Amino acid sequence: MESWRRSLPAFAAFAGPTTLWLLVFFLIPLGIIWMYSFGENVSLTEIETTWTFENYRRIFEPEIATLFWRTVKLAAITTFFCLVIGYPVALVIATAEQKWKPWLLLLIMLPFWTNLLIRTYAMLNILGTQGRVNGLLEWGWQFLDGGAALVGLDGLFGERFVPVRFLGTELGVVIGLVYVHLPFAILPLYSAMERLDRSYLEASMDLGGGQIRTFFLILVPLTSAGLVTAAIITFIPALGSFLTPDLLGRGQVDMIANVIERQFKKANDWPFGSALSLFLLYVTFIILAIRAIVDMQNAKGRRA
Amino acid sequence: MIRTPISRRAALMGMGAVGLSFTLPKGGFAASGKVNFYNWDTYIGETTLEDFTAATGIEVQMDLFADNDELFAKLRGGNPGYDLIVPTNDYVEQMILAGMLTELDHSKIPNIANIGEGFLNPAFDPGRKFSLPYMWGSIGIGYRKSAVSSVPDSWAHLYTSDEYAGRIAMLSDGPNVFRMALKLMGKSLNDWTPENIKAAEEMVIAQKSRITAFAPDNGQDLLLAGEVDLAMEWNGDILQVMGEDDDLGFVIPKEGGLLWEDTLCVPVGAPNPEGAHALINYLLDAEAGKEIAEFIYYATPNAAAKALTAEEYRTNPAIFPPEEAVAKSETAVYPGQEAVQMIDEAWTRVKAAG
Repeated sequence: MESWRRSLPAFAAFAGPTTLWLLVFFLIPLGIIWMYSFGENVSLTEIETTWTFENYRRIFEPEIATLFWRTVKLAAITTFFCLVIGYPVALVIATAEQKWKPWLLLLIMLPFWTNLLIRTYAMLNILGTQGRVNGLLEWGWQFLDGGAALVGLDGLFGERFVPVRFLGTELGVVIGLVYVHLPFAILPLYSAMERLDRSYLEASMDLGGGQIRTFFLILVPLTSAGLVTAAIITFIPALGSFLTPDLLGRGQVDMIANVIERQFKKANDWPFGSALSLFLLYVTFIILAIRAIVDMQNAKGRRA
Repeated sequence: MIRTPISRRAALMGMGAVGLSFTLPKGGFAASGKVNFYNWDTYIGETTLEDFTAATGIEVQMDLFADNDELFAKLRGGNPGYDLIVPTNDYVEQMILAGMLTELDHSKIPNIANIGEGFLNPAFDPGRKFSLPYMWGSIGIGYRKSAVSSVPDSWAHLYTSDEYAGRIAMLSDGPNVFRMALKLMGKSLNDWTPENIKAAEEMVIAQKSRITAFAPDNGQDLLLAGEVDLAMEWNGDILQVMGEDDDLGFVIPKEGGLLWEDTLCVPVGAPNPEGAHALINYLLDAEAGKEIAEFIYYATPNAAAKALTAEEYRTNPAIFPPEEAVAKSETAVYPGQEAVQMIDEAWTRVKAAG
């Protein structure tokens, strides 16, 4: 480590390309968006930065606030289900035999090999009123209906099968979001469990803690850092979801990213679109800042 | 036998929906001998471009866009190198206002003589200084014949009635959804007063729970799959699925619908305007126009080309709607940036409504 500080040319040679990359492809474009967000449309194609706060004020109009609230709500529900489903999966992988672990992890990462667009189209096929899930439900209904008819209770489960509507509902969008984000939740949980010293669990069991108490009082608190990471890494991208609500929501469950897209295309209002994008970025920063503060306090607490 | 077309508006649906685009011009453009044509998907004859190259020696590089908004956004910051583009009428107006189009030199396009008389002096481009007509069409209602009690010949079936609750798809395009609401109210679809926007917004919000989907130009697929029985759609999209399923029909409601016209324009900064003019002239040729029309199945404004087409194309009421329907329909006028923003805010309120 120390040698880096002494050799400036070497440091520059290694850090230079990355810095340049960040500057050209991240900071400068972001700076332009930032300028736009304080701008006004002066013609169809020109924006003048007048340092107005009007674009930010419009974020608090009731309809935008409603859509922001829906976005936060759906992202939070998604995060909750990703943790609840991902935690046991991570536990199984972490406790599996060593030779199976790479294969199990591969299974988790396999969906990344297919483009998100293709996977979302597949979800359309699975969740449609004539999709696979409803096919399965109909089969179950026929089975129950047949059974009811046998004991003289015709029509107990309804005259005919009514397919469940997933597409165009919040339920459908949440299912899609959980599907997309689940691997992001599992991986940090797995790594937290891998690092865990198993002897704590054994000690708890030996002292009569029992399975359930050991799980909630020992395992969960000891992997809480992984839980926080998993929650953040799921929640933040879910906030910015565009494709999933666009396709699975069928225009009925728009999230904030769908409004942003419209500002850059149909509404031709780049300043407002920029302000919305940056507002989303600020929310992300706030979440990360809170996390950093909590981490610092935990570190202080341990030292005391 | 005329091939059933794959609709251009549908084919790029996925790409358009995610805002992904593989349409960036590849590499540098040669200054001459090559025309960069920025077109809709599946919107040209099978061999048209090869035939043009064979006839003139000018090569054509065609890139595709999914909708007018993408086209406008791409050219907004300066022309990245396109010579010929295909915007729709209200966007032609918008681009003229923004100074994005160059005046056409009519002397280099003798095939203008082929164009039908009704297309020579449109309100959006008087005297056709900037644009020449390529194809035209309408927005109406596609429906499943066996699932409706009668031909759904009014927008009321989509906008106010509960007869088809849960079986309705509308376009996901806010301005056009509101335009048809204005038609139902007996107003002009260009009458964007704040009161009218409010009334249209309230009408759609009241109906929202009965609407299955605001479909990003895939209403015809939902119709074909049986997920909906009524779909507000572009006629060409419905035609495409009518070829696959006899039980589907298309009607322009009695209140009238929207007529659109896609046009050929040369954007400012085109590296090869000469080549673009040559290609425009070729596309307006009677024989080439016939090949294109019979392949993509949209209505041609080219009278000479139409005369050469097969009877089943020329007399198809879903391509060329009955005259009384056309008479009641209107062409959209660019509403102005202030109204565009008001319409978008109203549309956001529709989207936010629970």
